[in-house]
Amino acid sequence: MLFMLGLLPLASLVWRALTVQLGANPEQTLIWTTGLWALRFLLLTLAITPLRKLTGWAELARLRRMFGLFAFTYALLHFTCYLWLVNGFSVDAVLKDVVKHPFVLAGMTALVLMLPLAATSTNGMIKRLGAVRWQALHRLVYAVAIIAVFHYWWGKLAKNNTVDPKIYATMLGVLLAYRVAKVWQTRRRNVGPRRAAARI
Amino acid sequence: PQLPATKDAALSTREALTPYKDVTTYNNFYEFGTSKSDPAKYAGSLQTRPWTVVVEGEVHKPRTFGIEDLLKLAPMQERIYRHRCVEGWSMVIPWLGYSLSNLLKAVEPTGNAKYVEYITLLNPAQMPGQNDPILQWPYLEGLRMDEAMHPLTLLTFGLYGEVLPNQDGAPIRMVIPWKYGFKGGKSIVRIRLVEQQPVTSWMKAVPQWYGFYSNVNPKVSPQNWSQENERRIGQGGFGGLFSPRVPTQMFNGYGAQVASLYKGMDLTKNF
Repeated sequence: MLFMLGLLPLASLVWRALTVQLGANPEQTLIWTTGLWALRFLLLTLAITPLRKLTGWAELARLRRMFGLFAFTYALLHFTCYLWLVNGFSVDAVLKDVVKHPFVLAGMTALVLMLPLAATSTNGMIKRLGAVRWQALHRLVYAVAIIAVFHYWWGKLAKNNTVDPKIYATMLGVLLAYRVAKVWQTRRRNVGPRRAAARI
Repeated sequence: PQLPATKDAALSTREALTPYKDVTTYNNFYEFGTSKSDPAKYAGSLQTRPWTVVVEGEVHKPRTFGIEDLLKLAPMQERIYRHRCVEGWSMVIPWLGYSLSNLLKAVEPTGNAKYVEYITLLNPAQMPGQNDPILQWPYLEGLRMDEAMHPLTLLTFGLYGEVLPNQDGAPIRMVIPWKYGFKGGKSIVRIRLVEQQPVTSWMKAVPQWYGFYSNVNPKVSPQNWSQENERRIGQGGFGGLFSPRVPTQMFNGYGAQVASLYKGMDLTKNF
């Protein structure tokens, strides 16, 4: 059910493309919409763990992988549209753009960092890597999210229109702050008894 | 309403026109909102009559023109120009107007007039986007005197045979075809001839990315994405999805007429 909902933005774009309803500049509509959904799914993915802990609803954990893979799918579509519509499938032109423009480099970095995460998203890969190593690798998602928000903000800065990027940055900030607070809490809990023991 | 004009074939391109619908529904006009569809939706509130334009500053004969006077100041011409947006898309538009030089000559610039700045209406009640401090209002753009006097620089009153729709900058706007579209100030109420180079709205907003000249230049891209090619709006099937982008030309293809204005200037620095 949720899987179908995740496909809805893509289905809508395909439908609008086929019926010529993507507006005066379909290129822009496709690139912006897929990019935005990649970012939305990325934040949704990061929201799962806090939500699960706050609500105690363990079922939520199952959504995390799906949302993560949707984020990757939309990011890949975002890149494909850019490669196709802006660069006419010229890898050379893309590389030139990446080298010259930090905004493009940021987007590309986020996508490349998502590759190992998507590749190790299966149960088999989790087993093969072992939970500890798998989890360490998947902490990359924090870097991906920070770079992705930066990419969005940097793109919009050119039009001096950073209201929406600031909203996304704030949401990401809350999600990351939650993790920092958790780590801090655990450390205090672990350090506390040890100190007490030393005093004895 | 119709706006009669004679065709100026010599200064017009013969490329395929961008459909009227795209020219009038896909606009950047932040005074009515930041989305491309906002101007067509919200520009109905703009009152274009009565309308006056103050021309002042370093001139011997400062004057306030009524829009009716301006419509009659020089013969109305149709010029089909390429229009290149800094965002990487372009259109081909049949504008109606006459060279700005006609107006400037009428007010007799003094020897101190080195630049021309032109200012858009400031009226948040009619222009709801001005309630958003996204730019410093009113919108201000400018040209060097020789650019302003160049015959291609068009004081524009209409498009596609009729007066400008509000969302395209009614009742009077500037069109400078070899520069990025944002140099074309819309709904102008004040034109000032000055000695110092104006600091434009975009220079104030994002100084590292927007300079004074803003000439179309495929080799220079301070705005963080490539300017080497552009999406021609309204060409090809499925909204142009299967047509390739077209290469962007230096000075938007008007180099033969305007390149001499910039002789000896480093256009990488003066972007």
